[in-house]
Amino acid sequence: MIDFLVDPLTYGFMQRGLVAAILVGIVCAVMGAFVVLRGLAFIGDAVSHAAFPGLVISYLLGIPLYIGASVAAVGTALAIATVSRRGGLRFDTAVGVLFAGMFAFGILLFSTIEDYVSDLFSYLLGNILGITFADIVQVGILGGIVVLIVAVLRKEFLYASFDPSGAAASGLPVQALDYLLLGLMGVTIVVSIQAVGIILVVAMLVTPAATGQLLVVRFWDLVRIAIVVAIVSAVSGLYLSFYLNVASGASIVLVETLLFVLALLFSPRSGWITRRRAVVDPAMA
Amino acid sequence: MTLASPAAGPPRAPASSPGDVAVRLVDVSAGYGTRVALANASLVIPSGSLLAVIGPNGAGKSTLLKTIAGLLRPFSGTVEVLGGPPGKEAKQIAYVPQAEMVDWAFPVTVGDVVMMGRVPLIGVGRSPRAEDRAAVHEALELVSMADAMDRQVGALSGGQRRRVFLARALAAKPDLYLLDEPVTGVDVTTQEDLMDILELETRAGRTVVATTHDLACAAHRFHQAAFVNGRIVATGSADLVMDPAILEATYGGHVIVLPAGERTVIDDAHHHDDAPGGERHFHDQAR
Repeated sequence: MIDFLVDPLTYGFMQRGLVAAILVGIVCAVMGAFVVLRGLAFIGDAVSHAAFPGLVISYLLGIPLYIGASVAAVGTALAIATVSRRGGLRFDTAVGVLFAGMFAFGILLFSTIEDYVSDLFSYLLGNILGITFADIVQVGILGGIVVLIVAVLRKEFLYASFDPSGAAASGLPVQALDYLLLGLMGVTIVVSIQAVGIILVVAMLVTPAATGQLLVVRFWDLVRIAIVVAIVSAVSGLYLSFYLNVASGASIVLVETLLFVLALLFSPRSGWITRRRAVVDPAMA
Repeated sequence: MTLASPAAGPPRAPASSPGDVAVRLVDVSAGYGTRVALANASLVIPSGSLLAVIGPNGAGKSTLLKTIAGLLRPFSGTVEVLGGPPGKEAKQIAYVPQAEMVDWAFPVTVGDVVMMGRVPLIGVGRSPRAEDRAAVHEALELVSMADAMDRQVGALSGGQRRRVFLARALAAKPDLYLLDEPVTGVDVTTQEDLMDILELETRAGRTVVATTHDLACAAHRFHQAAFVNGRIVATGSADLVMDPAILEATYGGHVIVLPAGERTVIDDAHHHDDAPGGERHFHDQAR
């Protein structure tokens, strides 16, 4: 049993992969709580796809991938916010247009690179076992900044998310907080792309927080549960991927999905199976 | 219920002296996008008023409230709130939106919601202090919801939710309350309790401006009334609710006033499509 746990850690790529997966998981869980409660899941998905042309342009120019991806992701997040604020279009329509357009632009650029097929695969699906120490430092710094900003503005973000008009009337700069939240989501997505890839980032954001929402009634408890779900999934997903020789990002996301389904069925407060009994429990009435 | 006197909490300087003006609107037009919801509104609300804003749906009641709260910038005209432009004295203002504007599935407890009223006073990066917890507890006691501190707001009844939101406003210890439909869809006991609290606040010199669909409540529990229908139709004592000519002007062809012996039956057929659950079609009003 000990060998089972220790053996993978004798490989440097597994050590780095574990640290990166845990860091990414924590940052995604914290941001994910806001993404879930603000109904930003679709925007998150759009922003991660929109980061793609940024990645490709960085690759073509030979600059760090994070820079191009951040500009594209944060820019798209803010563009969506602006279009929804003043455009005459339905919000999800605007998101759909920007999302597909940016992604197509990325694919077009990518197709100009020779021998692009295998590289494309790692961008889209992530390659956490190929992560370098320098990547981990970048994830740590950017993720740390995101978590720190959320921690400092935790009360303000919570109030502005729950009741924007009440918060604004009492003097909170709600519009600026909204833009900041979208910008932080963009950064979170960019640091997560290397771990799980463009297509699965939205699961890292949404699934742990959604699991938390099924289990508890307080926002910061939800964040704590999301963090635990993210760490457990990162570790067990990577071990699964090591022993079964399957894709690492997909394994992490599938463990998260499994935990979500368990919460859906067995949550003490809202589980589909457990709740039937709770109807006659006077404590719940 | 027993009401704690306003003096029971930490002492507060009087919010105002008699004769002060809490809100002054001069020729204000406001709305959304290019649509004008409220035109050429002029209104003076003295400090200590308990003012009901009355009118059919779409008449601009919420627009008026949001303009005073600084949430909507008027197209034209001047707005003065607590002696400055809207938003300047934001910490002295507590705004409570309509119940249907709130996501009740949000994972916050009653205590969390009331603590939100303290957020601007606590300051960025700080945790609630003892005085903030005391203010939250005191506000919850006032609305008789202290026992529900740890329950999720979504698990409460409609009346309990309105109590909690009033507690959030009370915890902020504001000089000006701006309440959108605070007693819509609540039971009679809750309505009486909430109005008792608001009346006490106005006696302490604070100002309450609340929109309402409930004409009986406006007549019996408020002191002043402003009648709105795309413009300000009339302002004055809350007794004006009894004036059929003013009601006619406010509700247009959509109100039927039937003086039926001791009762006046008013049908403001406008606002039922999107009215919160439990609102009656006919407002029976004892006279």
